[in-house]
Amino acid sequence: MRKIFWIIWKDLAIELRSREVTGAMVLFALMVLVIFAFSFLRPGEKLPPEMIPGVIWVTVAFAGMLGLNHAFLPEKQNDTLTGLILAPVSKSAIYLGKVGTHFLFLLLVEIIALPLFFIFFNIQMQGSVLYLVPVLFFGTAGFSGLGVFLSALSVHTKSNELLLPVILFPLLIPLLLGGVKATGIVFNASWADPVWVGAYWSWLRLMAVFDIIFFTLSLVLIDYVLEV
Amino acid sequence: MIRGENISLKLGEKTILRDISLVVDPGEFVVLLGPNGAGKSTLLKVLALILKPTSGRVIHKYQGSDREEDIKRKIGFLSHRSFLYERLTAWENLEFYGKLYQVADLTRRAEEILEQVGLSYYCHDPVYTYSRGMVQRLSLARLLLHNPEMLFLDEPFTGLDQKGGEILTETIKVLHEQGKTMLMVTHYFDRGVDLAGRILVLNKGSKVFDGKLTSSDLRDIQEFYRAQVETE
Amino acid sequence: MEKEGAKSKTFGILGALTFLMMLVNLYLIFIWVPEEKILGLVQKIFYFHVGTAWVAFFAFFVVFIYSILYLKTKDSKWDRIASASAEIGTVFTTIVLITGPIWAKSSWNTWWTWEPRLTTSLILWFIYLAYILVRGFATEYQKKAQLSAVFGIIGFIDVPIVFFSVRWWSISHPTLFSGSGMNLDPEMLFTLLVSVASFTLLYFYFLGKLVSIFHVRAELAEIKRRLKEHLG
Ligand SMILES: Nc1ncnc2c1ncn2[C@@H]1O[C@H](COP(=O)(O)OP(=O)(O)OP(=O)(O)O)[C@@H](O)[C@H]1O
Ligand SMILES: [Mg+2]
Repeated sequence: MRKIFWIIWKDLAIELRSREVTGAMVLFALMVLVIFAFSFLRPGEKLPPEMIPGVIWVTVAFAGMLGLNHAFLPEKQNDTLTGLILAPVSKSAIYLGKVGTHFLFLLLVEIIALPLFFIFFNIQMQGSVLYLVPVLFFGTAGFSGLGVFLSALSVHTKSNELLLPVILFPLLIPLLLGGVKATGIVFNASWADPVWVGAYWSWLRLMAVFDIIFFTLSLVLIDYVLEV
Repeated sequence: MIRGENISLKLGEKTILRDISLVVDPGEFVVLLGPNGAGKSTLLKVLALILKPTSGRVIHKYQGSDREEDIKRKIGFLSHRSFLYERLTAWENLEFYGKLYQVADLTRRAEEILEQVGLSYYCHDPVYTYSRGMVQRLSLARLLLHNPEMLFLDEPFTGLDQKGGEILTETIKVLHEQGKTMLMVTHYFDRGVDLAGRILVLNKGSKVFDGKLTSSDLRDIQEFYRAQVETE
Repeated sequence: MEKEGAKSKTFGILGALTFLMMLVNLYLIFIWVPEEKILGLVQKIFYFHVGTAWVAFFAFFVVFIYSILYLKTKDSKWDRIASASAEIGTVFTTIVLITGPIWAKSSWNTWWTWEPRLTTSLILWFIYLAYILVRGFATEYQKKAQLSAVFGIIGFIDVPIVFFSVRWWSISHPTLFSGSGMNLDPEMLFTLLVSVASFTLLYFYFLGKLVSIFHVRAELAEIKRRLKEHLG
C-alpha cells in the first residue's frame, strides 16, 4: 500500500526538520554504552565476552523505548491522529507506517552505535558480522512491531510513558532472550561446531516466529486499539 | 445522503448521545445548535465515521462504491483542532493529505486551493509560524482539498477576525450553491444560520428540535436557544 | 452466572462443594498422604504449589476467552468475567511465586532457580500486573474494558512463547539441578489431583463472587448516574 509509504514519508520529513527523536535515541544509546564501559571494563582490558550480547540488547531496548514514546504522542498535538482516522486509510496502514518509521529510527541508532561499540569495547568476533544482521533485523522488527502496537494502546491512557515500558517488556522477553542468545553465539561460539550453528538458527527461528505471531495479532487487533 | 439511526454513545458513566436519528439529504444545509457540552462535536464525529457509536448506525450513500474507503473520500471534516502537522509546511501538509485521499493532479489542485484561501505566499513556511487565522485558513484548504461532497463544520468561525469571518461565510455560500451537503455547528446566529434550510437543536445529548425555518421562526429559536443556555 | 450472582442456589452448592473439597484436600495433604522420604514435611507445599500454579495459568486462559468475547460483542458482562479472572489469577500467581522459592530452598538449597515453569510464572505475574495497570491507566470504562481485552489476548499468546524460550535457554545452559524430577507414589499423585481439583473449584467460587461484586458495582454506578441526571 502506497499510503503506508506516505505516512512514513511524513514522519521522516518531520524528523528531518527537528532531528529530536533520532538525536535523543542515538545520544542515549551512546551514553548507555559509556555507562556499561565504566561498569564492566577496566582500562586496557577487553569486555568479558559473555557481557557483549547483554550490552548490545540493553542498549537497543533502551533506545527503542525512548523512540516508542514518540510514535503516537506527536499525533495528539493538533489531533492529527483524528485527521488520520478520518482519512481513507485503514488503521492497519497507520500502524504499519508508524512501525516503519520506528524501525528505521532504531536501525539508524544501531548503525551508529554498533561500530562505536566495537571500538569502545575492543571487540573481536568469532563469527562473521553478517550473521549479526538477521539477528538485529528480527529483533528490531519485533521490537518496533509490538512496541508501536502497545504504544498505540497506551496513547489513550493517562501518563502513557509510564505505562508503556511496564507492559511492553514482559511480552518482549522471548524476543530479547532469542536476540541475546543468538548474538552471544555470533560473538563467542565456534562456527565450526555444528551444534552452535544449529543453536544459532533455532534462536533466529524463535525470533522470526515471535515477529510473525505478534505482527499478525497486531494487525488483527489494531482496529480495536485505535478506535478512539 | 447520510442517515443516522438511533445513535447512542456512552463514555464511562456519561451518556453523551441519546438515541438520535436523522437524515440529511444531498445538497441540504443543516445547522446544529446547542449549549456547550450538548454533544454537537461528538455527534459530528460519529456521523463523520471518526467515532463508533455505542449503539445505532450511520449510513452514507453517495454515487460510486460503498466501500468505507470511498465513502471517507467523500467526507470533509473541519474541527477546532486543525489536524495539521506543525513542523511541516502548508504545502507538505496538503501534499500528505492529498496522497492519503488520492487526489488527482495533486500539484495543481494544491496550488489552486492555496490561492483560494490566500496562503500561496506562505506555503513553504512551517505551520508553527502561522497565526491562528492562517491556520484556520489552511484547515479550510485541507478540508476542501479532496473536493468532498459531505462537509462537517464544527464552529468554523472561531478564531477568525471580522474579515476572515466574511470570507468564510462567502465560501460557505459558494459551497452550498455548488450543491455540497453541509452540517455545521455554530454559536453565531448572524452567520450561517440564515443560509441554512434547516436547524437541529441538541441538548444534553438528545435531539430537541429538528425543522425547516422561516425567518420569523429564527427569532423564536434564538429565544428558545438562549433560554436553554441560561438554564445551564 | 451473574444475574442471580452469589445468592443463587447453584452458587451456594458450588460454595459448599468447594468447602468440602478443601477439607478433604487438607486432610489428604497433611494426614493421609505419606511423607516424602528425602524432603520430609516441607514437600507438602508441593501440593499447594502445583494446585495454585494450575489455577494461575488457567485463569489467564479464561481472561483470554472472555476478552475475545468482549471485543466481539462489547457486552460488559464478558469484561467483568475477564477482569475478575485476572485479579484472581494475580493472587494465585503470587502464591506460586511464594511457594516456589520455599520449595526450591528445601529441595535444591537455593531460593530461586531459573527453572522454566517458575520463570514463566514470574513473567506471567508481570503480565497480569501489566493487565491491571492498563485498566488503571485507562480513563473511561469502555477504554478500560477494550484496551485490557486487547492486552489480555496478546498477553495470553505470549505466555507459551515465554515458556518455550526459557526452556530452551535453560537446556542450553549447564543445569545445576539435574535430578529435579521426583517419583510420585500413587498416593501422592492422587493427592495432587485432588488438590488441583479443589483449587480449581476455589477459583470458580472466587470468580463467581468477584463477578457479582463487579456487577453490583456497575449497577450502583448506573443508579448514581440516573439519580444525578434526575436531580441535575
Ligand atoms: N473524550 C472525551 N472524554 C470524556 N468526555 C467527553 C469526551 N468527549 C466529549 N466528552 C463529553 O461529552 C459531552 C459532549 O461534548 P461535545 O464536545 O460533543 O459538546 P459540544 O456540544 O460540542 O460542546 P461545545 O459547544 O463546547 O463545543 C461533554 O459533556 C463532554 O464532557
Ligand atoms: Mg464542540
